[in-house]
Amino acid sequence: MRTIRAAAVGAVTLSLALAATACGGGSSTGGGSNDSPKTLTYWASNQGASISVDQKVLKPELDKFEKQTGIKVKVEVVPWSDLLNRILTATTSGQGPDVMNIGNTWSASLQATGALLPWDAANFAKIGGKDRFVDSALGSTGTQGKDPAAVPLYSMSYALYYNKQIFADAGIANPPATWDELVADGKKIEAKGKNGLGAEGSNLSNNIHQVFVLAKQHGADFFTADGKPSFTSDGAVAAVKEYVDLMAKDKIVGVSNAEYAQNQSLSDFAKGKTGMVLWQTASATFKSLGMKDSEWGVAAAPVQSGAPGTGAQTNSMVAGINMAVFKNTHNLDGAAQFVKFMTSDAEQKILNTAYGSIPPVKAAQSDPAFNAQATAVLRQTLASSAQALPQVPDESQFETAVGTAVKDLFADAAAGRAVTTDSVKARLRKAEQQMPAK
Amino acid sequence: MTTTAPEAGTRAAPEGSPGAARGPRRTGRIRRIGLPYLLLLPALLLELLVHLVPMVIGIAMSFKELTQFYIRDWGTAPWSGLGNYKLSVDFDGPVGEALLHSFLVTVSFTLLSVGLCWLIGTSAAVYMQDTFRGRGLLRAIFLVPYALPVYAAVITWAFMFQHDNGLVNHVLHDQLHLTDKPSFWLIGDNSFYALLTVSVWKGWPFAFLIVMAGLQNIPRELYEAAALDGAGLWQQIRRITLPSLRPVNQVLVLVLFLWTFNDFNTPYVLFGKSAPEAADLISIHIYQASFVTWNFGTGSAMSVLLLLFLLIVTGAYLLVTSRGRKAADA
Repeated sequence: MRTIRAAAVGAVTLSLALAATACGGGSSTGGGSNDSPKTLTYWASNQGASISVDQKVLKPELDKFEKQTGIKVKVEVVPWSDLLNRILTATTSGQGPDVMNIGNTWSASLQATGALLPWDAANFAKIGGKDRFVDSALGSTGTQGKDPAAVPLYSMSYALYYNKQIFADAGIANPPATWDELVADGKKIEAKGKNGLGAEGSNLSNNIHQVFVLAKQHGADFFTADGKPSFTSDGAVAAVKEYVDLMAKDKIVGVSNAEYAQNQSLSDFAKGKTGMVLWQTASATFKSLGMKDSEWGVAAAPVQSGAPGTGAQTNSMVAGINMAVFKNTHNLDGAAQFVKFMTSDAEQKILNTAYGSIPPVKAAQSDPAFNAQATAVLRQTLASSAQALPQVPDESQFETAVGTAVKDLFADAAAGRAVTTDSVKARLRKAEQQMPAK
Repeated sequence: MTTTAPEAGTRAAPEGSPGAARGPRRTGRIRRIGLPYLLLLPALLLELLVHLVPMVIGIAMSFKELTQFYIRDWGTAPWSGLGNYKLSVDFDGPVGEALLHSFLVTVSFTLLSVGLCWLIGTSAAVYMQDTFRGRGLLRAIFLVPYALPVYAAVITWAFMFQHDNGLVNHVLHDQLHLTDKPSFWLIGDNSFYALLTVSVWKGWPFAFLIVMAGLQNIPRELYEAAALDGAGLWQQIRRITLPSLRPVNQVLVLVLFLWTFNDFNTPYVLFGKSAPEAADLISIHIYQASFVTWNFGTGSAMSVLLLLFLLIVTGAYLLVTSRGRKAADA
């Protein structure tokens, strides 16, 4: 009996201890501290071909940082599909990493949660000042008029990648510069039994990137100046229709692409099934898929007419990754040191070279390493003809709502249903209604 | 067999005898009565923490205007009263209309899935009652879908449903020539049937397992007597098997219904966070409202409404089936 009683008491104590532990989680409203000056946790987004590739790239750099500062960085590479949810969970519980990578288009949405450390002048001073970064990258760090919620880490932009052999076989001498030329070239490639252009119809973010650029070219945007959704303007409808029509009307995108969401279009391109693909920093992926650098070419993404530039000549969104510090960090000073290290000229060259991206740091960007075939066009695009996605708190919801509308329209096109101005408008109206009420 | 005699000196005094050791006897009774509760306490506390506390928090959230602006400290979110509930059941508005559509899809999906799972599971279990060579192996194979990790199994189905390289189109189109052109299964209207297929594939082995266990309890003599009286297979199933399985089926159908109605893993792994309209199950719909569009208050209200619906349906089902059983017993 004594044994049973002891066991019962033990079980009750354990339960109470568990209860106390569960209820005693960290406060989500607290600010940062320097309680753990010797360690940092870092959530890195998956940038390379796989998580193990990222770990291989990051490890020597983090070891270098530990050698310099004595601070050990525990890194976790988080897949894209999980990253936003992980950040949201950390925000709710108050238990997150000290430093993390975020998609730059999420900056304003995550800024609205109040979970990220604002990068005011004093914080920027700790990493060498705001002037070190290129303007286009700074445009994707939070709502205009507020202190940035993050610091640019890797920059990317869209470009048109084309298969040299397929172009030669179709008798195309130069890559297309306008959409009309792209459709005409696509048809020539289709005539040779290949797909003209690759797309990722079920990838919501990619859909958004493409229609955002087309909307800019039609003089429209998906948000009004005061941040309200405006998805059904003539320009926005025309942009979405033009993109989906590449499959529905022009038929230069294969119907299979409607269900692509895992970069299958890049795989098709690397296997020589598709002539062109509009993508951001694809060189490392092509290499991992077994395609030689000499087999593909890269050109500026198309515009309606003329040459890429600002306004209606925009041909890319400002893509990239930012680095944010979690407000609840237990190593405020260490986090600033780490951001300074990762955005230093030397590290920017190493990391961006490894990932095939462009440094958002001016001094590093001018390095000859970023003037090669793979990166020169991207760098030029970022400098002169890329625009940031709307920096509004509802940006994340916009990606889902409009991205899904485009996905559904691709599904209609793949099933042979007509895609008309009315059907596009109806889908976009529904997407707009799904946005949070103001 | 051994018996242990009460130890000398500890033997209880005869009941009612004056001077009996009342203290130790009362302590013993208290101990006997209290110990089970004491032993249950850890489970009760954990149940409270794991289920009841989150449920209460969820209900509290449903009355708040909880968006990304407040998730860091959701207690400060403005009170919205019944606002989230009104929004969810306003079927003329976009939120309510989408929820109603999702609800109807889920009801159709659940009825079909549970019906098919039960039918296939029961048929297989009845078939497996007869002894034949390889029965044990076949039984084990039947249970494979139930034993496989859900994620691995569903992702495999996702590969098989792919338009270009999927096995489903290869068989239906290339080999059997049943379709004019390869179909899309992961987008568009067919996604409902893809989801249903995976759900039934995943769910019927459970029905098979439970019905098979239920069949073990039916005396063989009943079948032998019925056979002697000239009852055929169908009559035996209708007159003996199904009535005897009634209590088992009552639980089985309820469990399958609840699991299928709330299934999140299958549609999420198959379609991702944005399911096609035709396969927009309510679990994914609520997830989207909460974690994709960041309307946590509205998502919580939808969850509470779903909980109420399931409670009502479950209560009504239990009431009807228990009445039916009582009537049958009478």
